[in-house]
Formats: sequence, structure tokens, C-alpha cells
Amino acid sequence: MRMSELPPAQIPLHETADVVTARRAARELCEQLGFGKADQTRLATAVSELTRNVIQYANHGECVIENRSTATHRCIWVQVRDQGAGIANLEQALTDGYSTSGGLGAGLPGTRRLVDQFHIESTPQGTCITIVLTKPL
Amino acid sequence: MKIPILRLERILLVSIQVDLTDNDAMQFQSDLVEQVAEIEALGVAIDITALDVVDSYMARVINDTASMVRLLGAESVICGVQPFVALTLVEMGRDLLGADCAFNLGQGLEILRTRIATRGDTRLSEDENV
Ligand SMILES: Nc1ncnc2c1ncn2[C@@H]1O[C@H](COP(=O)(O)OP(=O)(O)OP(=O)(O)O)[C@@H](O)[C@H]1O
Ligand SMILES: [Mg+2]
Repeated sequence: MRMSELPPAQIPLHETADVVTARRAARELCEQLGFGKADQTRLATAVSELTRNVIQYANHGECVIENRSTATHRCIWVQVRDQGAGIANLEQALTDGYSTSGGLGAGLPGTRRLVDQFHIESTPQGTCITIVLTKPL
Repeated sequence: MKIPILRLERILLVSIQVDLTDNDAMQFQSDLVEQVAEIEALGVAIDITALDVVDSYMARVINDTASMVRLLGAESVICGVQPFVALTLVEMGRDLLGADCAFNLGQGLEILRTRIATRGDTRLSEDENV
């Protein structure tokens, strides 16, 4: 089976153990596609942050991890989504140190710095965050 | 998942060997703090060589554990932060991990012993003055 034919991983998020499952799956795909150790750690950490937020603030959701490599680039696409109450003030949530739960408030702003693309959509019906890691072949 | 805490006289050694869930991490924190108080430990070394992800939650647990241990009166040192973990932590935001660190458990123990010895000397000279 060629790398590009690997099926996307779809990981349900219900409890804190699922955070571990999701970040491991992200690291594994990263390694399979030939990303270096630094990128593996960046993506695993980013996925850990986003999936934990789902458990913490929306109770449950899912994490989809896909290989979107092309002829010229390695590319991993990850989407973490939930149907929780959403984030009222996105700008605030993306600011270092802002937390509604007594956390470090480093999850979202930190994740944004770790990846090549970061896209967030949030409404009172839920939150959907997409991150992408790419590297020329 | 319970993390074994080894005792070496009045120093406690903890080596985190598995990927911890958040609940495991909280359990670990309370177990360790309890033991420090119970044996009035002088120092604690926490080895995280096996952790390949330290996210903001884990960073907070480690910082808080080190602060609690210090508040009880013991020295603490974090050992074996992996290079890529350090890189990622700095990229995410400066100062996420605020505890004292050492390359490995051996060096961590040395740091603890030196600090404890310094404290011990103070006590010794006080005794001599009596
Ligand atoms: N999926 C989500 N649904 C609803 N609110 C969210 C979600 N993710 C984040 N938030 C809100 O955004 C804030 C900032 O999130 P961020 O991950 O940056 O920090 P934190 O989770 O509070 O702390 P840390 O991640 O450092 O432990 C959170 O405190 C929470 O209010
Ligand atoms: Mg968070």
C-alpha cells in the first residue's frame, strides 16, 4: 500500500485517554511520512492541546488525521471538532495566558505557533479547528 | 496507572515511564506530595526522559508539583527533558516549564545532594554553637 492510500484516522474523543490515542496516531503518521523528530513532537503536542480542549470544554468530539501529501510535499491535515458551546471571543482565546479554567492559557496560541496552517471556526453550536503540517519532499 | 516512587534515604526518585493521561498525572502529583510530607523528604528528582510530549497541561502539572514540593521544604529537580520536547515548549511560549532541570537522573541527584548538603551545613553550624 502506498503512503497516500493510508485511510484517514478518525478518533472519537470522550475521555482523557483519547487525548493520548490521538496524539500517538498523529505522531505515527508523521513518522511514516518521513517528518523529522521535531515535527513529530510539534504535531503530537498540537493534537494533544486541541483534543484536550474538546474533552475539557465540550465533553466530546472527534479528531480526524489525514495524509494529504502531494507529488512535491509531505502534508498532514488534522481536524479537531466538537459540538460544544463554542468560544465566545476567539481573539481572547488565542491570546497567551487567557484561560477560563485556571490553565496556563497556552494551548491555542501555542498550537498556532507549532503548525504551518491554523484555522479556527467557532459558533454556539460547536468548534472546528484545522491544522496542517507540510514539508517539501 | 500508578507511578512507582523510589526512596533513597530521604530522597525520592520518580521515573515517569509511560504516556500519562491527565488523570494519571493528577494522581501522580498527589501521591508524590503525600509521600514527601510523610517521610519529610529532603529532595525529589523527577525523571521525564520517557515523555515525548509535554503539553501545556503536563507543563503545569510539573511546575505545580515542583512548587508544592518546595513549599513543603524539599528540593526538587526535573531530569531528562528531551531535546525536541524542549524545542516545542519554547516554540509554544517562553517559560512554560519553570522548574529546575538537569540532563539526567544522575546529575539531578548530584544537584539535590549539593543543595541538601548546603542546608545541612547550616544546621550543623547552628548545632555547634549550642
Ligand atoms: N473546543 C472548545 N470549546 C469551547 N471553548 C474552548 C475550546 N477550546 C478552547 N476553549 C476556550 O478557549 C480558552 C483558551 O484555550 P487554551 O487551550 O489556549 O487554554 P486553556 O485550555 O485554558 O489552558 P491550557 O491549554 O494552557 O491548559 C479556554 O480556556 C476555553 O475557554
Ligand atoms: Mg487548552
